[in-house]
Amino acid sequence: MNSLRKCKAVFTTAMISTLLSSAILSTVVMAEPLGYPEKEELKFGFIKLTDMAPIAIAYENGYFEDEGLYVTIEAQANWKVLLDGVIDGRLDGAHMLAGQPLAATMGYGTKAKIVTPFSMDLNGNAITVSNSIWEQMKVNIPKQADGKPVHPIKADALKPVVDKYRDQGKAFNMGMVFPVSTHNYELRYWLAAGGIHPGFYAPHKGDTSGKLDAEVLLSVTPPPQMPSTLEAGTIYGYCVGEPWNQQAVFKNIGVPVVTDYEIWKNNPEKVFGLSESFIKKYPNTTIRLTRALIRAAYWLDENNNANRAKAVKILSQSNYVGADYEVIANSMEGTFEYEKGDKRQAPDFNVFFRYNATYPYYSDAIWYLTQMRRWGQISEDKSDAWYKDLASQVYRPDIYQKAANSLVKDKLMKASDFPDFTKLDGYRAPQKHFIDNIVYDGRTPNKYINKFAIGLKQGDKI
Amino acid sequence: MSDVSKLNKPWALMPRLSRSQNKKISLWAASIILPLFGILVFLALWALAAQKIDTSLGKFPGPIAVVSQFSALYGEHQAERVKADAFYLRQDKRNAERLVKDPNYVVKIRNYTGKESFLDQIVTSLITVMSGFFVAAILAIPLGIAIGLNKPLNMAFNPIIQIFKPVSPLAWLPLVTMVVSAVYVSDDPLVSKAFLNSMITVSLCSIWPMVINTAIGVSTIEQDLKNVSRVLRLSTYMHIKKIVLPSSIPMIFTGMRLSLGVAWMVLIAAEMLAQSPGLGKFVWDEFQNGSSESLARIMAAVIVIGFIGFLLDKGMLKLQQLVSWDKAKGIT
Repeated sequence: MNSLRKCKAVFTTAMISTLLSSAILSTVVMAEPLGYPEKEELKFGFIKLTDMAPIAIAYENGYFEDEGLYVTIEAQANWKVLLDGVIDGRLDGAHMLAGQPLAATMGYGTKAKIVTPFSMDLNGNAITVSNSIWEQMKVNIPKQADGKPVHPIKADALKPVVDKYRDQGKAFNMGMVFPVSTHNYELRYWLAAGGIHPGFYAPHKGDTSGKLDAEVLLSVTPPPQMPSTLEAGTIYGYCVGEPWNQQAVFKNIGVPVVTDYEIWKNNPEKVFGLSESFIKKYPNTTIRLTRALIRAAYWLDENNNANRAKAVKILSQSNYVGADYEVIANSMEGTFEYEKGDKRQAPDFNVFFRYNATYPYYSDAIWYLTQMRRWGQISEDKSDAWYKDLASQVYRPDIYQKAANSLVKDKLMKASDFPDFTKLDGYRAPQKHFIDNIVYDGRTPNKYINKFAIGLKQGDKI
Repeated sequence: MSDVSKLNKPWALMPRLSRSQNKKISLWAASIILPLFGILVFLALWALAAQKIDTSLGKFPGPIAVVSQFSALYGEHQAERVKADAFYLRQDKRNAERLVKDPNYVVKIRNYTGKESFLDQIVTSLITVMSGFFVAAILAIPLGIAIGLNKPLNMAFNPIIQIFKPVSPLAWLPLVTMVVSAVYVSDDPLVSKAFLNSMITVSLCSIWPMVINTAIGVSTIEQDLKNVSRVLRLSTYMHIKKIVLPSSIPMIFTGMRLSLGVAWMVLIAAEMLAQSPGLGKFVWDEFQNGSSESLARIMAAVIVIGFIGFLLDKGMLKLQQLVSWDKAKGIT
């Protein structure tokens, strides 16, 4: 027995030393200068949202060209068209919802291996309800001394309204942008935290509408159409990225009630998605485009958002986001307007670089997977190891690290701008800042799922 | 007879001539003044109605807002040209630098990567519609001739034509997209997939009027002409060349004119949905932008789309008149 244990110990040390030496080896390889890009002409897709900013800035500030990349940027009609574009090669890469590469790799929806070396931003979404729902909700919200509602506003205030509609036999519809979107999970998280059931998915039974047991019916609407769909009365509220919440305030058709920063402080949002075949075929191109995006994200947050006004000017061009300057500026310049006139400080509403925003943490990926499991998109129990494995297939911090190191070497950025890569294992420390005070630790996804009152737990199946 | 009588009474000639001249002048005046009047009334009604319509993007654009957008769009076009020139200069410099470091590098000049201006998008749309239309014509005319000459073939094909004719481009597009992306795989594609998608959709929708009209034209050739062909024992090829084509040209061109109209209409929808560059995408992008200028820009595009459609139709009409041997027949 003892000898066996010894044997094991020797084996483990051997393993560790091989791992270490291979790590050293890889840093040695890293020291070689970065080669020219294999593919120079690239086409990137995006959806008209302010968080596409790193792509626009990398283009406009010439960061792509600095890498020898000639990039064309093209707006896409919706998230599905965008994902199909990356899968079939019409697009070389795109601004994606964090859930998209995960779901595609897992085979939920279209199956295709999509990876991401770069996380595009933190926060940046909000939940907006129509004016009439707001009037009904408002009475349930405690007031501050100045008469304004106390923030964050919880879905508890919405619950009586939803109950009333249900008693009258009316469906309570809300919009989100895609079944595996951040917005779907955020909206569900917020509703469930207030005791409102957003409904389950049951893909194994062919039910991908996500409305089983639902008290609020969620449906898909492309981001730019959210305000007009709300105005038409098809939905009573929605969760979407900017500028489509501020647009509702400007057009006087709705009131943003809660930002995702308040639902989960500094939540990971969009990623830059590439197909796995692309990064295998064009490794230098992949590193180079990651370098350009890192520089753009850095510029966006530089000197305490000093460049934001310039960024907003670029984003308001018709070929990028194209909304009016004032609308985009409302959330990009460190404030957020809730009810008309209730403008509050929100310096971290859009984070592009601070708090290691661009680093693709495995734990960020796993959070999305836990929510897919919670709402039944992953219909069966999975082990913690499965979550870990899938996250490491999709999120590629190794590429990010190569890009960051070479930027430091070329003196374009400082080592202090980045996290200490030698100390990173890809997991953020347990995160506490959720609206329902539940702590998230990416290392133990199953334990995390079991903490929720509403949602599937370990062992549950619909 | 009558000419002789006119010569005998020259006074009778005078008033008649002036009367017809009068008629010409008044017709000419009417053809200018009446449309002008119509346009003015339309503009006035538009301006009045626009003020009354409040959208969530502000007031509906009136004529003045649209005109100002035309000049803004032209300004953007010029600004984009300046950016493009700077882009090429930077590229030349970068290529030269790289050649110094890497002498084996094969210099390649890449096209400007910035946005397509409104004018560029008009050109792109025209190229797409024309290529889609020509592909359709190349398929439709021989098919129409074959069907027109051969009764059994006509009966066999007729149900298929009748079923596919009314299909909207929006229904074809998803199928076309998936097929193109599966079949058209190339590392360095000659044309983009988006272009192919909208072009093929245009072809699929514009092929039918041409097939039907060609077939009708061919099948209604006068019996006398057919008899001539039979007497002369013309070969099938000569029969088609000397008898069928000349006599069915007016109908073929009527079909082509109809098809081009369909093609132009389909193209805008296809571009919108396929997100392939062009006027349709311009309209869609502006709709998505939801800025305070979006509606005026869309209205500007609507006018341009209409005007180009009108020009295409007039162009086809001129062509039809040129090639038609019987100038009076069936052309309006």
